[in-house]
Amino acid sequence: MIELKKFRRQYNYAFIDEDTKKEIRRKLLKAICIPGYQVPYSSPEMPVSRGWGTGALHISLAIIGKGDTYKVIDQGDDASVNACNIRSFVEKTAECKTTFDTGKASVIQTRHRVPEEELTEDQIIVFQVPDPEPLRQVEPYTKITRQMHAEGDYAKMWVALYESYVQTGDISKGPVLVNDRYIMSPSPIQAWDIPNLNNSRCLNLFGAGREKRIYAVPPYTKVEPLEFEDVKFNINDFNGAACKRSGEKVAFLEEIFNEDGKTSYHMVNDTNYLDKIMDNNRPKQWNNKYLVKKRKELNN
Amino acid sequence: MEEGKDWLLKVEGLTKIYGNPSEDTVSRTGPLFNSNICPKTGAVVACADINLTLHSGEVLGIVGESGSGKSTLVKLLYFDQESTSGAAYLNDYEDGEQDVLKISNQQKRHLKNHKMGMVYQNPRDGLNFRFSSGGNIAEKLLMADNYHVGQIREKATALLTSTEVPVARMDESPKNFSGGMQQRVQISKAIANNPPLLFLDEVTTGLDVSVQAKVLDMIRRLQKDMGISMIVVSHDLSVIRMLTDRTMVMKNGRIVEQGLTDQILQDPQHSYTQLLVSSLL
Repeated sequence: MIELKKFRRQYNYAFIDEDTKKEIRRKLLKAICIPGYQVPYSSPEMPVSRGWGTGALHISLAIIGKGDTYKVIDQGDDASVNACNIRSFVEKTAECKTTFDTGKASVIQTRHRVPEEELTEDQIIVFQVPDPEPLRQVEPYTKITRQMHAEGDYAKMWVALYESYVQTGDISKGPVLVNDRYIMSPSPIQAWDIPNLNNSRCLNLFGAGREKRIYAVPPYTKVEPLEFEDVKFNINDFNGAACKRSGEKVAFLEEIFNEDGKTSYHMVNDTNYLDKIMDNNRPKQWNNKYLVKKRKELNN
Repeated sequence: MEEGKDWLLKVEGLTKIYGNPSEDTVSRTGPLFNSNICPKTGAVVACADINLTLHSGEVLGIVGESGSGKSTLVKLLYFDQESTSGAAYLNDYEDGEQDVLKISNQQKRHLKNHKMGMVYQNPRDGLNFRFSSGGNIAEKLLMADNYHVGQIREKATALLTSTEVPVARMDESPKNFSGGMQQRVQISKAIANNPPLLFLDEVTTGLDVSVQAKVLDMIRRLQKDMGISMIVVSHDLSVIRMLTDRTMVMKNGRIVEQGLTDQILQDPQHSYTQLLVSSLL
């Protein structure tokens, strides 16, 4: 009996076998070449069920190397159970460094948020996407949604946006138009984060493991939220609330309820950003027209 | 009317065949054979060799029994179905030189959204019941490059008022409406972008008589006010008599007779037209 001594690990480097990783990388290249276009890919089995961040995990594992520094945030939080598990999984299988520090990470995997700190050309952000198809809400058949994308037929999406305005007065949950061509679902990130995709310096990759789709927004690409001439997209408004710990106003704040269940307070959602502010080490925040306006409003 | 710049729509040799046609499928079907099924291959000829010219501001009627190919004809012209052969030209598209049946889907949609309107027999075909009535009208306006919500709602209100749909129910889905109201919402949608060309496919079938009269009245009023050219498809000669200037009679996928509506009704030439007119109640 021949014993396999060459490989001490029971799994391949970065868990996924090399052929599949190569396939994912090729699909990533295609996605980057056609900004906003959803590329079908293999979505191999992982030791996590599909729909729990597997799409982003596939991308992270396909692009990561031993020299990389990896960070995971789950709704802005480095220390949630999911974030911890995914981080230790990648650390173990890809033998890379990990960090909480947004500025030091080379690959950032995220769910529901973009870090408050501006990302640079050396960084890649990987989004966990539950529903990659923005047209699904108006068209149940994939055959037809793909045809709609191909022909740029976005009438139904616009009507859905109109209906959303009529019913709620708000259109800021809608999808975005990438590079003047494809309508794309910006993962379920907050309206606060959506303008940061526009012309960003970092590479944005989106993975939907359950739906088996990859898409991308390359650096310096135009990303515009859908809006009407008289009804405009806007980022979240916290009615002047300030973070309880840092007093910060211009950051995405989350509302936390006290034990009594009635009173509440706000706190900066991005834990690493909050830590840095508390250490008097304020990092450079994103700069988009909505944030500029918000800063102006709050300083007056 | 003189041939020249006056025409709006010109159709040449429009043919739609379902199944596998043989070489003589077209010559072995038609009113002469009283069949539109090819005896050799079983291919169904929905319509064949249709030539027509629609002048601007004119209302053309197409009449015939069910299965005579009249609905197929308007569906081909509204790009709902793809033709087997033939050509169609629109005066204000590429100077009337481009066969609009040969352009890409994207260009067809653009043409549909900017230059055409369609009212189907069943409101379900023309309206999206998952959207509100206002949303349905907005769809047509949005696609005709109007992205101003205030203006869209203003226009939708005006349209619904002119078609006598209660404006208070604008944000309700048409599925809650009666058949006549649904039909009027559909007409509002079809004329929202002020199309020069409107197709009406059996618009009053299935409505009760008083509602029929109202809808027809409204169509006549809109036609006068806006000067829209229309192709009206119906098996009901009273609708044709009320709305149209000129009429074509179809049978087994062919045009068997055409002329001024009054002339056709008073002095029918073809035996099938005579039968139609004599069966008029």
